[in-house]
Amino acid sequence: MATPRVTMVLHSGDMDKLYSALIIGNGALSMGMEASIYFTFWGLQRLTKGGLEKGPLSKMHMLGLGKWMIRRRMKKARVASLERLMTDFRELGGKVIACEMTMEIMGISKEQMRQEWIDEYGAVGMYIQEARDSSITLFI
Amino acid sequence: MSDILVDVRGETCPVPLVEMRKALRTAAPGSIVKVLGTHPASMKEIPMAVEALGLQLLGIEGLDTDWSIRIQR
Repeated sequence: MATPRVTMVLHSGDMDKLYSALIIGNGALSMGMEASIYFTFWGLQRLTKGGLEKGPLSKMHMLGLGKWMIRRRMKKARVASLERLMTDFRELGGKVIACEMTMEIMGISKEQMRQEWIDEYGAVGMYIQEARDSSITLFI
Repeated sequence: MSDILVDVRGETCPVPLVEMRKALRTAAPGSIVKVLGTHPASMKEIPMAVEALGLQLLGIEGLDTDWSIRIQR
């Protein structure tokens, strides 16, 4: 039997939603599943150089004040950084796919991306092919 | 064959689970991984992960805010 898999589409570039995707991904990998995240649209911007921590809060961003407050509380609660969660996700075998169409729309070249994180550049067919055999699939 | 100690006291979700998994990946078959933690939810989810990974849980000790879990690789 194939290893059970989680496939996620990360459409949002919001900081809190990226946290959700990476925490779910790391949890799945830690519990013996495979995990893939398709970074598309606003989510793709988080894969650009220096872009990982740049996302706004999905609610109560308040021109950055909300984000600053949440980050302070997260630091106090010792929540791992996105950089660390991404490193763990990669280390445990998580797959990162970048949406090529979004790159075209937003005018982002491969050179502008954190290429060491990206396993593949793909389109919807790749997502469907993986999601078809996944026991969990999420759109974030 | 020496035991592996994973000290995640003070760490929160998902770090204890991830560090447990990393240690189990490098542990030799038959060796024992001991995880020390203080995050209550991790005390519940680590045994679930051990079961899902098909490994053996040797024991859970302590309080939910200061626990130790032993796992056989």
